[in-house]
Amino acid sequence: MADPSLILNGKPVEFQPGQTILEAAQAQGVRIPTLCYLKGCSPTAACGICVVEVAGSDHLMLSCSTPAEAGMDIKTDSEMVCASRRKTLADLVASGDHNCFVMDLPPDQWSERQFEVMLKPWHDQVCPAHGDCRLQDLVVEYGVSLQSQEAAPAERPLDDSHPVIIRDFSRCIQCGRCVQACNQVQVNRALPEIELEAPGKANGWLPVADYDNCTHCGECVQACPVGALFERKAYGRIHGHEATKVRTTCPYCGVGCQLWLHVKDGKVIKVTGVEGAQPNRGRLCVKGRFGYDFIHSPERLTTPLIKENGGFREASWDEALDLVANRFMEIKEKHGPDSIAGVSCARSINEDSYNMQKLFRAVIGTNNIDHCART
Amino acid sequence: MTNSFADFDKAKMFFVIGSNMTEAHPVASTFVKNAVNNGAKLVLVDPRRTALADFAKVHLPLKVGSDIALLNGLMHVLIKEDLYAKEYVQTCTVGFEELKATVENYPPERAEEISGIPAEQIKEVARLLAANRPAMLIYTLGITEHTCGVNNVMSTANLQMLLGNVGFECGGVNPLRGQNNVQGACDMGALPNVYPGYQKVTDPAAKAKFEEAWGTELDDKLGLMIPAMMDGLPTGQVKAFYIFGENLANTEPDIRHVEHCLESAEFVVANDIFPTETTRFADVIFPATAWSEDDGTFTNSERRVNRVRKAVEPPGQAKPNWWVFKQIAKRMGHDWESNSGQEIWDNEISVLAPSMVGIKFSRIEHDGLQWPVPDLNHLGTPFLHKDGCFTCGLGNFKAVEWTPPAEVADEEYPFVLSTGRRLYHYHTRTQTGRSGGLNDLLSEETADISLDDAQRLGISQGQKVAVSSRRGRVEVTAKVTPQVPPGMVWMAFHFREGCANWLTNPVYDPVSQTAEYKACAVKIEPI
Repeated sequence: MADPSLILNGKPVEFQPGQTILEAAQAQGVRIPTLCYLKGCSPTAACGICVVEVAGSDHLMLSCSTPAEAGMDIKTDSEMVCASRRKTLADLVASGDHNCFVMDLPPDQWSERQFEVMLKPWHDQVCPAHGDCRLQDLVVEYGVSLQSQEAAPAERPLDDSHPVIIRDFSRCIQCGRCVQACNQVQVNRALPEIELEAPGKANGWLPVADYDNCTHCGECVQACPVGALFERKAYGRIHGHEATKVRTTCPYCGVGCQLWLHVKDGKVIKVTGVEGAQPNRGRLCVKGRFGYDFIHSPERLTTPLIKENGGFREASWDEALDLVANRFMEIKEKHGPDSIAGVSCARSINEDSYNMQKLFRAVIGTNNIDHCART
Repeated sequence: MTNSFADFDKAKMFFVIGSNMTEAHPVASTFVKNAVNNGAKLVLVDPRRTALADFAKVHLPLKVGSDIALLNGLMHVLIKEDLYAKEYVQTCTVGFEELKATVENYPPERAEEISGIPAEQIKEVARLLAANRPAMLIYTLGITEHTCGVNNVMSTANLQMLLGNVGFECGGVNPLRGQNNVQGACDMGALPNVYPGYQKVTDPAAKAKFEEAWGTELDDKLGLMIPAMMDGLPTGQVKAFYIFGENLANTEPDIRHVEHCLESAEFVVANDIFPTETTRFADVIFPATAWSEDDGTFTNSERRVNRVRKAVEPPGQAKPNWWVFKQIAKRMGHDWESNSGQEIWDNEISVLAPSMVGIKFSRIEHDGLQWPVPDLNHLGTPFLHKDGCFTCGLGNFKAVEWTPPAEVADEEYPFVLSTGRRLYHYHTRTQTGRSGGLNDLLSEETADISLDDAQRLGISQGQKVAVSSRRGRVEVTAKVTPQVPPGMVWMAFHFREGCANWLTNPVYDPVSQTAEYKACAVKIEPI
């Protein structure tokens, strides 16, 4: 049987039964903007950005949570839709301390507002999401004017007691993505389910963390579309797209999660999961996300060391390498190759282990090479 | 792993044994939890009530070291009640009669006696497994870190073959490897019995192949495993010891013995990124590049060869480890051509290891490939032994008898100490201890004990206690937790102070030489 079809922006298209309007549109390459939608999770239907116009309906529909139906005539970018999105975006910006350039207040009010916000903790720098903020992107895309908006956000709590994650609810847009990330993706259930009065209205509800259940994985931070949740260690050090992103594999357990290293000025500033990559599909744990800065520790070994009189002295590479090669040759000569043994490293790259076992087998002449293979 | 992580959230049934996944393999555990939320059933076998127990249909808190008795008991029921996969067993396996004869001696009542799991529950779980096929069997070090570790592994494979669960998506026997590249280090032949790609050093054809590739003569004798290397130091059998990136002085059982061995070495060389308790014993230390300072590959538990990329410059004069080995080789008269991670992989490893012939750096820019990848067009192997067609021909049942741990609780040392890893740190903290925030999340070692034992011994939460074994004594903070059953002390080895390895027993599986980190006898006293 042929798949059912509907009309999308005037064009008949097929969809899979069970798809939402959003999924049906995405399958056709038609972009509907979203804020609260988190792929693979049930929709929170909290933000109201993804509205579409469906012929015959007297109100706009949330595409993330409305099932696609055969024969629907859907407009994803009509004037009514865009006006609604502009209104929603303006309300969201006004709901919190979003004091970036999207705040197009008259000049006198702009400065006043900036000073007011910058006095708050964790606001002395530009917003941690600046340049990589979905709300900011959409405000720009939709040309939202905020001149007539009241900008007097309610006092919201700040949770900056955590060692690696800051939760600044003054910038929370109450979308619930962090909740889905915690409860449905990582299944730690450390954040309260979103409570909505109506789409776009989560009055009073905030995703306050229950640290008894939290595993500090930071999945919530990665899911946050704005600057409400951010990494303490990266605060003020990196913005938007100024980092170079390098894909690599996590150095901890045997799952082999794929990471983006965000690099700036020769330092790794933060780590995020590579969405859609095998095997972790964007997910990380506390070690993978926050256990990276050991590489920049001042305690790193930086020069070859040779033991002398019970202590170590610095040596050149040539001196240290000559010493090791000569001692190995002496010991091999005197006691045979099997008097030398080596332990390789299960943390380092394959190519290192390959060369080490080759050194033992092909050069020293022994199979005395092992590693902590079984632990 | 015979199977892939991608199977986890699609699976309908799990048998997780000796694996504290939410702490040791957290991201993998999220997919198991997703599957359970979608209706999958989970049988969790672990002496502790670990976090995954909240998601389990059944949690079997077996006694430490009784795995084989329990598994044999399950197989006894499967055979007795005619619930096993008869056709699969007939066509795909050998050794069934021997298995049958052995598990005959493990009726659920006897399995209960040894494991502490009620006979009725053993029968229920056997029926549950028979009714929900395939199941993914997942294990970790709770299976291997025993003097009967190899037999434990055999036993898990026996169960899965008896159920006809090997060779299918969402089935198989799946050890989660503890370290990021322990799979790779094995694949590379950093083992005393095999060349890269598991080609045996005792096989004349393999030896000839590598002699030609490396242009030199090779030795066909098996080499020493780590415990024999260590023991060979004080006896003088081993004079020189090269330690690359391992903190043996904290990670091996019985630290006092380990340090005595290292002290007696004539010449010790270390490659590392930090000074460690182990580099103290070195005569020469080479400063190495760390993760993200060099280009190469890691191979994860599901046999996926992934790229590791250089993102920043190494500090000072630190150099890649492969370069250090190449330089030593050169000074010993061997000039090696390959001069980068890519050249070593593309021109040597993937040429010499048949299962990796199809893996080249150009093919693993994104998601990596799961070996075997026999040619350049092959897309990798998500699960092994497809449809029960075992790589080795037929699946081989290895009937095994239960044996107790080498040291069991007695009057003087009435507790069983089991050890492992915790969520916030990795091994001896050389890395996580220097990553901002992680020490704040976990700042010291604890001795985890049950509420019952705490009350009985008058130990309160957070109180300092002394834990001692026949080998050593540590003072640590008590953590009273419902996770731990009465009679058990659970500790990790992340902190030098209070490291469990001052206490652990240096006894090993006779085949794998894996230490019995999961069981030794200790006493605990308030101080």
